[in-house]
Amino acid sequence: MTAAGAGAGDRGNLPSTPGGQALSAPLLGRAEEPTLFEHSSPGRKAWSFRTTGIPELPREELVPSDHRRTAPVPVAEVSERDLVAHFTRLSHRQFSVDLGAYPLGSCTMKYNPKVCDAVAALPGLAGVHPAAPASLTQGWLRLLVDLEAALCEITGMAAATLQPAAGAAGELTGLLLMRAWHEARGDARHKVIIPDSAHGTNPASVTLGGYEVVTVPSDERGCVDMAALAGVLDEDVAGIMLTNPNTLGLFEEDIAAIAASVHRVGGLLYYDGANLNAILGLVRPGDMGFDIVHMNLHKTFATPHGGGGPGAGPVAVSERLVPFLPGPRPVRVGGGTDDPPVYGWSTPERSIGRMHSWHGNALVLARALAYLTLHGRDGLRSVAEIAVLNANWIRQRLSGTYDIPFDRPCMHEVVVSARNLRQPNGVRALDVAKRLLDKGFHSPTVYFPLIVEEALMIEPTETESPQTLEALASAFEAIAYEATSLPADTLTDAPHHTPVRRVDEARAARTLIPTFDARP
Amino acid sequence: MGTYIPHTETEIAEMLAFLGLSSLDELFAAVPAALRLQRDLELAEGAEEPDVLALFDEYASANRARGDRLLCFAGGGSYDHEIPAVTRALAGRSEFVTSYTPYQPEVAQGVLQAIFEFQTLVARLSGLPVANASLYDGASATVEAVNLAAAATASQDIWVSEGIHPHWRQVLATCAAGTGHRLRTVTLTDGVTVWPDPLDGGGRPGALVVGYPNYLGCLEDLGAARAVCDQTGALLIVAADPVCAGILRSPGEWGADVVVGEGQPFGTSLGFGGPYLGLFSCTSALVRRLPGRLVGETVDVDGRRAYVSTLRAREQDIRREKATSNVCTNQTLMAVTAAIQLGWLGTSGLAELGWRCAQATRYLRDALLRLPGVTPYVDAPVVREFSVRTPVPAEVVIDRMADEGFLAGVGLGTAFADADDALLVAVTERRTRLEIDAYVAAFAKVAA
Repeated sequence: MTAAGAGAGDRGNLPSTPGGQALSAPLLGRAEEPTLFEHSSPGRKAWSFRTTGIPELPREELVPSDHRRTAPVPVAEVSERDLVAHFTRLSHRQFSVDLGAYPLGSCTMKYNPKVCDAVAALPGLAGVHPAAPASLTQGWLRLLVDLEAALCEITGMAAATLQPAAGAAGELTGLLLMRAWHEARGDARHKVIIPDSAHGTNPASVTLGGYEVVTVPSDERGCVDMAALAGVLDEDVAGIMLTNPNTLGLFEEDIAAIAASVHRVGGLLYYDGANLNAILGLVRPGDMGFDIVHMNLHKTFATPHGGGGPGAGPVAVSERLVPFLPGPRPVRVGGGTDDPPVYGWSTPERSIGRMHSWHGNALVLARALAYLTLHGRDGLRSVAEIAVLNANWIRQRLSGTYDIPFDRPCMHEVVVSARNLRQPNGVRALDVAKRLLDKGFHSPTVYFPLIVEEALMIEPTETESPQTLEALASAFEAIAYEATSLPADTLTDAPHHTPVRRVDEARAARTLIPTFDARP
Repeated sequence: MGTYIPHTETEIAEMLAFLGLSSLDELFAAVPAALRLQRDLELAEGAEEPDVLALFDEYASANRARGDRLLCFAGGGSYDHEIPAVTRALAGRSEFVTSYTPYQPEVAQGVLQAIFEFQTLVARLSGLPVANASLYDGASATVEAVNLAAAATASQDIWVSEGIHPHWRQVLATCAAGTGHRLRTVTLTDGVTVWPDPLDGGGRPGALVVGYPNYLGCLEDLGAARAVCDQTGALLIVAADPVCAGILRSPGEWGADVVVGEGQPFGTSLGFGGPYLGLFSCTSALVRRLPGRLVGETVDVDGRRAYVSTLRAREQDIRREKATSNVCTNQTLMAVTAAIQLGWLGTSGLAELGWRCAQATRYLRDALLRLPGVTPYVDAPVVREFSVRTPVPAEVVIDRMADEGFLAGVGLGTAFADADDALLVAVTERRTRLEIDAYVAAFAKVAA
């Protein structure tokens, strides 16, 4: 190959201008940031409450002595200025989508439009108490009903619950729906089928749903092995959980046949919506034969992931499962052509029950509806098309440098392998991922799916420009060059330029320090 | 149409050419034609940003129960506490808002350290040594606690106080359909839980679940609950209000094994119920069964202090069907927000917050009980929330009080038998004497 980072005009005619590359991130020095507790100085305060004028009673009269705390909870004693400095410095030690490209496969780390934040901050949405009666919350109810309708149209399903707070909560909801549906038919079943390429949440949710996991292998094309599937399908199978496109970024071409064979034994099909971004407006889970679909609004519909949450994992179902949905559900209860619509709550006849303290992660749901409204039918289709275009461009570009186990057109993400870089220096996928940090990008997902050796799962998303893709591909190529031609520690000691370098994970687990108070 | 796709038409054409394709449609050749949607989605055309804002202003305007229109006296697990400008500003920093789960610790020290500080604070509030990085909400934290206790004690009989939030109890029941846990609701007697005598045919529970204070605001006798646990080997799960932690003995001090709670009061807006913050802490003995993520302190190769997600072998992406929980995405941003808010409150402010709520609650409760026909619903001591019976149905009170400019409280009729005339009222540090006096005057008018 050519020298690292050399002009790449011969590969796709794209100018090599970095876009989402965070090499200029402001990192002032490499000292540790003390904890909030170490910033504490006795007597300092930041709090400020209203002047209420409420007459005060002696505290003994307010709380019985056996319940009353004798010493205050030690929090920290800092000024507002200390507080701002501390958390601002912490923020400077954190990579984010706003800082640079985040090609973390399966996570769909696209740009989060700021207008959606503005929507979620509206006092008329953010300041509403969740227990207020429907007559006082018509705006929220209408918003939720509108979102449900849009999600059902996108997935091709009949109705949806907005309660699940994240994808995994959606999975459990879906499995409990599956269970309730079978039980209502007097049909106790025990097994749920999952491909070996599935996300870890799938098997964990199956266990919580009271089912036993049956794993089916992938075939040599990276899709469900149809013969193996036929071998495990019987009338004890409650359903199958599939991600389509799957975690290899490949469309399960036999999905119609899979659906038919699962339905033939009386099972249901569950769609893990982690990869829905690839097919928006082009093909719908309902049309593929799925009965239950969860969506990750924090992936597909760009609600910000908040460093690990909040998300939202609505679950949409086909007609026959609607009576089992969690409740209460926001519904239109009145109004007509001349009168404005009236909204209220309704619990389905055979509801599995509630899945959230209130109505779901409502402000996340509002952000998602804002995103959907911005994009509309035309924009959503473009999202899928460009997400797939970007992933295929990366695949094609890296195919000469990295081993690509399932090398055919992919959907929104591509899984490459670093196994060809192992000689002579023992470089592994983890080293490539860490070195990418030095080059101003977040790492791809590593060692997943489990069926690919030294896997690097790259999902550029549609919001990264061709210039960013060029810079990202150049970085990957440079790393491949470094792996074989430079001293081993260039990669095996990477990253070199981050706020901390490789952290000792084994020590963290061996000598557990889960709080500041547990420090030796 | 709002679009965040940077590509120009020329660039798209160049990229397609690089792939040997002539149209975007050809990218989807792997999708069988029979499955392709042969029409546009039945959604509106994409909208421009100002038009979207205008639409959402319409939704927002249709909500009467917004804090800037109705003064909030409702609680029931969701409280109108002060959120200062500094918390909003820091929690809104896009480095915290737009990052993913900290899988690469070298570039995620900001979020990891903030979670470490959050865990420390949650542990201090609960009086237990370990806290996780958050769960979805109070209900999900309670579900996870029950799953942990059933596994740790090998008993699926769970005794749940009727004083646990009714919605949380409903979520427990929903999830029990999958796990097979047998939930037994232990009713309240005049506001507090009276546990069955395990020696008197009560059975051997795997856990007792009790609120502190409970849903009606009452102080439960945690000592009595602990004694039942000691007799039976059950774990004591306490659902504690973290705002009261500033003035009440910690659940850990009472002998709790697991403490759960709703962390919304620390800097998260009412938000129509979400996203909120599930709090979870436990004893050291239970740490290997902890659900969700845990951040630990360690060092990097240069010996500098660093933070990382730890005891990862418990988690779903590694342990799969044998994981302690299926939780992956949690509520990290709300956890970071709580750490910031607690930093703002500080040691003195946390105590002050609790006492101010208690003072205001007593002031309003005494005033309401002086009104003709208003009586206590239960008598047990309360701290920051209380319930009353009113001369007219609670629904009517709430309806009429809205016309007077107040969100009066939460009706208890759906959660408790014979309670259509019972109202749960909460007063936070944000309510002034003038506001409370006006509430009482309006109440006198509408409940007459």
